[in-house]
Amino acid sequence: MTTLPKSTEKQLGLVIDLDTCVGCHACVVSCKGWNTENYGAPLADLDAYGADPVGTFLNRVHSYEVEPETGPAQLIHFPKSCLHCEDAPCVTVCPTGASYKRVEDGIVLVNEDQCIGCGLCAWACPYGARELDGAEKVMKKCTLCVDRIYNENLPEEDRVPACVRTCPAGARHFGDLSDPSSDVSQLVRERDGMDLMPEQGTKPANKYLPPRPKDKISVESGQGEIPQLTPVAEEAKGFVGWLDRMLDKI
Amino acid sequence: MTSISPTINLSPKVSDEVRKTTCYMCACRCGINVHMKDGEVAYIEGNRDHPVNKGVLCAKGSAGIMQHNAPSRLRAPLKRVGPRGSGQFEEISWDEALDIAAGWLAPLRETDPSKLAFFTGRDQSQSFTSFWAQNFGTPNYAAHGGFCSVNMAAAGIYTMGGAFWEFGQPDWDRTKLFMLFGVAEDHDSNPIKMGIGRLKAQGGRIIGVNPIRTGYNAVADEWVGITPGTDGLFILALVHELLKAGKIDLEYLAQFTNAPVLVNSDPASPEHGLFLRNDAGQPLVMDRSTGEPAPFDQPGVRPDMAAVWEKDGVVHRPVMHLLAERYLSAEYGPDAVAGRCGVAADRIRDIAAELARVAFDEAFELPIAWTDFRGTRHTSMKGRPVSFHAMRGISAHSNGFQTCRSLHLLQILLGTVEVPGGFRFKPPYPKPVSAHPKPHYGVQAGKPLDGPHLGFVRGPEDLALKEDGTPARIDKAFTWENPMSSHGLMHMVISNAHAGDPYKIDTLFMYMANMSWNSTMNTSGVMNMLTDKDEHGAYVIPHIIYSDAYSSEMVAYADLILPDTTYLERHDCISLLDRPICEADAAADAIRWPVVEPDRDVRGFQTVLVQLANKMQLPGFTNADGSAKYEDYADYIVNHERKPGIGPLAGWRMNGNETSHGRGAPNLEQINRYIENGGFFVSHIPEDCAYMKPWNAGYQDWAVEMGLYDAPQPYIFDVYVETMRKFQLAAEGNGARQPPDHLRARIRETLDPLPIWYPPFEDSHVSEDNYPVHALTQRPMAMYHSWGTQNAWLRQIHGRNPLYVPTAIWQANGFAEGDWASVTSVHGSITVPVAHMAALNSNTVWTWNAIGKRKGAWALSEDATEATKGFLLNHLIHELLPPKGDGLRWANSDPVTGQAAWFDLRVRIEKARPQAEAQPAFDKLGSPVGVGPDTLTWKVKS
Repeated sequence: MTTLPKSTEKQLGLVIDLDTCVGCHACVVSCKGWNTENYGAPLADLDAYGADPVGTFLNRVHSYEVEPETGPAQLIHFPKSCLHCEDAPCVTVCPTGASYKRVEDGIVLVNEDQCIGCGLCAWACPYGARELDGAEKVMKKCTLCVDRIYNENLPEEDRVPACVRTCPAGARHFGDLSDPSSDVSQLVRERDGMDLMPEQGTKPANKYLPPRPKDKISVESGQGEIPQLTPVAEEAKGFVGWLDRMLDKI
Repeated sequence: MTSISPTINLSPKVSDEVRKTTCYMCACRCGINVHMKDGEVAYIEGNRDHPVNKGVLCAKGSAGIMQHNAPSRLRAPLKRVGPRGSGQFEEISWDEALDIAAGWLAPLRETDPSKLAFFTGRDQSQSFTSFWAQNFGTPNYAAHGGFCSVNMAAAGIYTMGGAFWEFGQPDWDRTKLFMLFGVAEDHDSNPIKMGIGRLKAQGGRIIGVNPIRTGYNAVADEWVGITPGTDGLFILALVHELLKAGKIDLEYLAQFTNAPVLVNSDPASPEHGLFLRNDAGQPLVMDRSTGEPAPFDQPGVRPDMAAVWEKDGVVHRPVMHLLAERYLSAEYGPDAVAGRCGVAADRIRDIAAELARVAFDEAFELPIAWTDFRGTRHTSMKGRPVSFHAMRGISAHSNGFQTCRSLHLLQILLGTVEVPGGFRFKPPYPKPVSAHPKPHYGVQAGKPLDGPHLGFVRGPEDLALKEDGTPARIDKAFTWENPMSSHGLMHMVISNAHAGDPYKIDTLFMYMANMSWNSTMNTSGVMNMLTDKDEHGAYVIPHIIYSDAYSSEMVAYADLILPDTTYLERHDCISLLDRPICEADAAADAIRWPVVEPDRDVRGFQTVLVQLANKMQLPGFTNADGSAKYEDYADYIVNHERKPGIGPLAGWRMNGNETSHGRGAPNLEQINRYIENGGFFVSHIPEDCAYMKPWNAGYQDWAVEMGLYDAPQPYIFDVYVETMRKFQLAAEGNGARQPPDHLRARIRETLDPLPIWYPPFEDSHVSEDNYPVHALTQRPMAMYHSWGTQNAWLRQIHGRNPLYVPTAIWQANGFAEGDWASVTSVHGSITVPVAHMAALNSNTVWTWNAIGKRKGAWALSEDATEATKGFLLNHLIHELLPPKGDGLRWANSDPVTGQAAWFDLRVRIEKARPQAEAQPAFDKLGSPVGVGPDTLTWKVKS
């Protein structure tokens, strides 16, 4: 079994804003494009034009309906990729040392040369964030675009994960979550950022910003948070009264 | 085992070269960086410098590599060898293909050009394709606006000189309340997402009005799950509330709209409802300074919205009186509309209060001085941080034009159009109706048409009717059935051509329009019309030419296929003459250029049109000596001048030996300048011209300099559309040109010059008891119409489209996961898989648009889920409404514009036995491209 580093110098990760994510899948496909062309084996698509296409994706968006006690049902879009956990069970379960957590920045990676495709790590991950590539038979997972974020062949502003660079709504943020003064750490504090399934004890690096409360202007009973409008004229005087009062204002 | 951190290359080479062009995965037209390795496309990302997307890119755009390499790409020109609809073709040379096409077309031109119907689908080169059609001489040209969103475009232009969509956008930096109607995904795909993100980061709020809570409506702070087709009524109830409380911008209405214009109010007058005008034809207002009528634009005039004026015994009242009288009526009160709209009366009142609070209590001033068109200098601009956006959800109804008008009325009453924080136009808009052409339909054998096909009628005199009163156009656009049909009626072309009504045609020529499948109503019927033969065994529509890049369902129904390139292999211009990519702060246009050369025997469709024009020596394409003006589309883009100094592209034109922007002579290096600049050109609007554009003298001058206008053309917004009143007057028996009697009542009722609401037509043609449920489609954000399915990545996101059913209907039918239902409209029935959804109007079902595919199309295997479980609602929708006993068949379209009323559909739902395939199922089409490969491992080795 593979050991985790005692500590890491940084803990890079993503902060994903569930209040803003419109569920457009831009991050999913941008990730697919970059990681097909870059780190390790391409992300394969089996039965690509057939009955049951199965491709490798490192990031997927799920949608969940929520029915609150009052007010209408809501739909939450929930992008999910590797959360680069501090106590990553996918690493400790790896029989070959292929799965590892980087000391430099806390990114969890798979060394494809050592991966035997046994699938234990995918089984150990409580988030379902790892996918065995159907063609190459190696384990694939989010690399946090380790080949972008330090890449000197890219302009500095582009040294962020592909999903963050492309997100049209700006719902994805990238940074060092171990640094309390970083932008992402501040965002997590301001917006009550949450761990996914904290009871699993994995201490995920990635954080989710919860959706803001919805449907507050009014509820069905009309007990809204702002007062309703007052007519300018009594109903009895009708249009003529309205005209007098209104057009006097000009 | 201890952790081993292998050394990895953190700075791999990304690409050999980045080529910057324009995306075409939808109509948003973002800038893209195409990373090239070894001459192949390796990766596509957004262009950070581009005015539309500023670096971001949606799922479709990022999946462009899969579209560019799709196995469904056509490979060579095709000639049909089997029966129509079989998909049996042989590959032919381009010489032969052009000979065949010209062999059919040239004789039509010499005898009767109207025998050609040329309709161009999702064309992004309409200023070019219309120029071609004009020079050919046929009146039968349009793109797909009639079945898409002409209600949105026309209502906006007739009301305020521009619409939502690519005509304008919210002032994202300053708006605090954004209200969105009927939008799942939009042409303005990335800008809306960027705007919503920015708005939320600034603490702004969003109200989403949509029967379905997905996407933008899912992140909206407030969701109004309205009953389909009632948006106009809901909006007019908001208008009622705001008027009643006096929460309207009176100064804005008086200064910048026709609310003070005097209207003939004598029901006995033949000019009842028309404006009082002076001898020069200018509408008159009462001037508060003099107490006398004066032209609305007279320097120093102070329009009075209260006073009435009597002239020759005829009382003239300001529009404001008519407006207030109508909408203060209790019939528009929240209590009266709540049941119909499915929105509680108190919720309507609360939303009206919130609109008023933000528009008036959070109003602000920007310290920007400007001069208005009356010559008055202002020291600041008043901001009202409320903005609106809407799209097909409200426009694709038979009451869509009036509903779009209602929404514009609402934002104009609040004074939020073209002000800081509100809705802003993008150049070349604002552009009033008076600056648009009228429709042209003058046909002469062997000659060009007498002007542009599409335009904006000003009254009955502009209808496209022949001397005998019959329609001049095959789609019956600009007729009494739909007088203001500014985009034509593509959805009526095939059925009219098949019926020979109003006349027979010889050749149907289409581009990028999947008319035998998802882009048509009555899909099975249309397949029959395309394959139907007359008593002599000849096809009723004798010739069909189709151009597409991909093996779509429509390919099988054509006789001659002209294969287009992919978007990375072609020249294009996204022109200010057409549907440009401007921002509210800037004029902009863009190009596409071949970042890779085609590896197949295909040609860009526009180049093929140039070649056909040259073969037929069409006038606009031919020099005086008979030689060709343009070799190909790129040559046209650079050298064509629509008028002196104005060409398809505004950037880097020539002024003497210097380059200049806007106006100028052609520059042979123009395309290279665009490529050097990242594929686009942008020119920013000066700060003091950036708002109040219709009335801002500074903006008007800037627009003239840019070549957007020939002369300043300030105007006021038409809350009252006099043109519509002219049609009503005709229907009341006034004037020389008279509608047929059976249309009089409908014109009187629906062409009201002030916005109204009436129930969608299907409601009065079918029994609500038999068809109690509304049925809709939505476009997924990760797909564009039928295109996404051939894309190996995107079809994994949206490969299935169950019918989503709300809780009440789900429970009433005892549905469980995996069940099937039969869905029946008055026109047809389908049997489809169902899924439960709670965040949905309780009387509405819906599915994703255009996921269902015909077997054999798009290089998919026969058992692809899209071809077995996927389905279209199109089978349930007819282009005509069912008979209602008056001996007539009424079009399933808006009576003002002719827009296809897709969303009027009513159905009933019953549980069905599980099916192997969605019904109806169709035979497999023969495919000219076969099926795509099993496994993709797409990596460009370098």
